[in-house]
Amino acid sequence: MPSPSTIKGGSFLIEPTVSADVFIPEELSFEFKELGATAARFSTREVFSKAEAIETKEPGLMTSLLKAAGEQGLLMLEVPEAYGGLGLGKVASTVIAENITHQTSFSVAFMCHTGIGTLPVLYYGTDEQKKRYLPRLATGEMLAAYALTEANAGTDALAGKAKAVLSADKKHYILNGEKMFITNGGIADLITVFAKVDGEHFTAFLVERSFEGVSCGKEEDKLGLHGTSTVPIILNDAKIPVENVLGEVGRGHKIAFNVLNIGRWKLGAATVGGMKRLIELTAPYANQRYQFGRPISSFQLIRQKIAVSAVLTYLTESLVYRYAGALDGALSKIEKDSPDCAKCAVDAIEELAIEASIAKIFGSEALWQVSDEAVQIFGGYGFIRDYPVEHHYRDCRINRIFEGTNEINRLIITGTLVKRAMSGRIDMMTRLGEILSQLKAGFPEVDPSLSHAVWIDQVDRLKRLAVYLAGVAVQKYTTELERHQATLAVISDIIMDVYALESGLVRALKVRSPVFEAVAVYAIAERAPVLAQKARQALVNIAEGNEQALSPYLKALERIVKFVPANVDALLETVAARVLEREAYD
Amino acid sequence: MKIGVLLKQVPDTETKIKIRADGKGVEEGEIKWVINPYDEYAVEEALRLKEKAGGEVVIVSAGPARATEAIRQALAMGADRGIRIDTTGIEQDPYTTAVMLAGAAKNESFEIIFAGKQAVDDDCAQVLIGVAEKLGWPHVTPVEKFALSGKTATLQRPVAGGTKEMIEADLPVVVGCEKGLNEPRYASLPGIMKAKSKPVAELKASELLGTERARINVTKYSLPPERRAGKIIPGEPEAAAAELVRLLREEAKVI
Ligand SMILES: Cc1cc2nc3c(=O)[nH]c(=O)nc-3n(C[C@H](O)[C@H](O)[C@H](O)COP(=O)(O)OP(=O)(O)OC[C@H]3O[C@@H](n4cnc5c(N)ncnc54)[C@H](O)[C@@H]3O)c2cc1C
Repeated sequence: MPSPSTIKGGSFLIEPTVSADVFIPEELSFEFKELGATAARFSTREVFSKAEAIETKEPGLMTSLLKAAGEQGLLMLEVPEAYGGLGLGKVASTVIAENITHQTSFSVAFMCHTGIGTLPVLYYGTDEQKKRYLPRLATGEMLAAYALTEANAGTDALAGKAKAVLSADKKHYILNGEKMFITNGGIADLITVFAKVDGEHFTAFLVERSFEGVSCGKEEDKLGLHGTSTVPIILNDAKIPVENVLGEVGRGHKIAFNVLNIGRWKLGAATVGGMKRLIELTAPYANQRYQFGRPISSFQLIRQKIAVSAVLTYLTESLVYRYAGALDGALSKIEKDSPDCAKCAVDAIEELAIEASIAKIFGSEALWQVSDEAVQIFGGYGFIRDYPVEHHYRDCRINRIFEGTNEINRLIITGTLVKRAMSGRIDMMTRLGEILSQLKAGFPEVDPSLSHAVWIDQVDRLKRLAVYLAGVAVQKYTTELERHQATLAVISDIIMDVYALESGLVRALKVRSPVFEAVAVYAIAERAPVLAQKARQALVNIAEGNEQALSPYLKALERIVKFVPANVDALLETVAARVLEREAYD
Repeated sequence: MKIGVLLKQVPDTETKIKIRADGKGVEEGEIKWVINPYDEYAVEEALRLKEKAGGEVVIVSAGPARATEAIRQALAMGADRGIRIDTTGIEQDPYTTAVMLAGAAKNESFEIIFAGKQAVDDDCAQVLIGVAEKLGWPHVTPVEKFALSGKTATLQRPVAGGTKEMIEADLPVVVGCEKGLNEPRYASLPGIMKAKSKPVAELKASELLGTERARINVTKYSLPPERRAGKIIPGEPEAAAAELVRLLREEAKVI
């Protein structure tokens, strides 16, 4: 099932995309759909039915639900078979992630355990460490957390002060410090803690909650996710056996950041479920709520909110499955029992860092917008706690903050691209050269006989726009580029939308469903002019008001982008009619 | 013990059914297919019996290719193997279905067969009785309690008026399962992945049917008429009650 060729990170921007390489949810096997059905059943029957008790943190409840999930096999998906798991990949994991979303707090606790909680040992553990912990994490016998953040080291995670010193007998590291905002912190048995050996060498430790000197502080009182445990983890002369150093001393930052890569895609995958759950609430509500003697779903402004919600769901869904398929493709090529198998897996994950950040930003912002529209569709009732959308609005807010804020992820997208271009790891410079010469000679045309040729062309143009703007920014700002965050963010917005729009269009062209086609075309027609305008403003800023400098930029821009009119009201109507008839996204 | 389960794939009860333009069937395009809910009780009871008595649970279904999915779902719950009787091109009615299932069951020499008391699509409730008849076995349905001691089953059946009937039956017997008999488990993730490699044999309907033919001829499908909107009677309880009685007498003519 995974796509046959290994996809290079960021290559979608500079190389033509092969449709067969883009995994789409319609290609899920029967078994994988069944995994999703089991997850959804568990999520509704066992979890959602206890929503109130979860949100008031009934003692022991979250723990017992996670253990029950373990009994169903829901925690063992990605754990290799040799360590008591199913050894399935990211596509299967995406299916679970989006189906376990009926109760938001549980979903976050679940994702934390199976994601940033379990994956450090899975990808970086020695065989002995994996034998010791993975089977127990796979069943839920042990619950996991990940502790990177400190009070003064949030986004700047490496600035942490937690310190580790080797004991005199060299058998333990003695850890001191305080980690902050740790999800599952109050219920976890195993915590991956980051601390600096001798205050210098950033290192990951597998810390059991029962180790001497490990404790947790008071639960935070939060805006949302009232059911999750978020606590400080306090290390007070904590004695960690040297066997529990994860990876190498001084290489902890690799672990910290790469685990976040996976966490970011997982977060994106979960937002897909969040959006679907919201549509399952708003579509029937709009059909049942009457004003002016008609259901509010008969009003165009409401229909468009429903349609736009479905569009955002579709785009996020398309891109997280594409990412998962690409990663599975790469991972499937790694010899399972080769000694550096884990290292290759880690490299494959790092390779797709840009795509992981895209999934995180795009998903969190899409869900934010969908939850906002959901409150609006419910009107006053949307603001009232007794109705089911209010908490979604609060709960999803954190997605733009944790697993790397969206600001930092925007910087990562362009930063990674530029870094790879400079080192020649990705051939952006050749592509830029091509674009510059084509500015004079004209761009190659998309075969007009292809279905939706103009929209394929629009995506191609946006790719050129991203490369061109990145090129101009690098050339102009050179070593100062990093300081120009606003420009970097515009470039990453274009890159991100390119990935989303292309994923959506390729999927629609593969499936040939009229609704999918309407969604994909709408999205491109709506986004392209917005991105062109953002790029134009960025170029004006780069030219610093100097008209002479600006004029070649603007000329280039006018060649690269092209306005293609589309009746977006009609496209949205196609989508709205479908979603409102089915009262669900799927 | 060799335990058979009869299983049918039916549209999810929440599916909005649309009649085909020719009126000869329903549009299948957008249907979500599931195991007939009563058959889930049958699968569960069979699995419980196997857990106690050992042996093998075999799922038998007569249907088109998609029915294999329902069989796989039962295998994911824990059944051991499946048999699908391919009904492509066959006129299927409760009679031919019973003939085919009984034919397959005979080859397997089951000691007991569980089935849902009825399928929620056509609600005929005839197939399990037909299978018992063709096999020359007794049947008991609907069963809400089941126990087996040696070769004798004790079964509880609801009877009109809220009383219960206790029946003893010697094996072999066909058991029609009612809601409440048990709480069907759902497939675990390992169960789903294991089911992938469990065998599902395919039999040809024509070979099992011989010269038997359907006895029901469907002339036309139509949807039940839409329920008329209800009426709310406003006013004080006394006046409203009087009005309700008047309407029941004069308009609805039920009292
Ligand atoms: C409910 C919850 C659960 C959490 N779970 C965990 C967990 O399980 N494990 C864990 O380790 N952490 C966890 N965190 C911590 C979370 O990851 C951090 O809060 C987050 O990384 C941001 O750090 P900060 O709060 O210190 O904000 P800061 O880093 O102070 O950021 C403040 C603002 O400044 C911006 N900013 C910072 N640096 C830059 C820059 N270079 N350029 C531009 N803008 C910048 C940020 O984007 C943000 O908008 C959790 C937090 C919460 C609230």
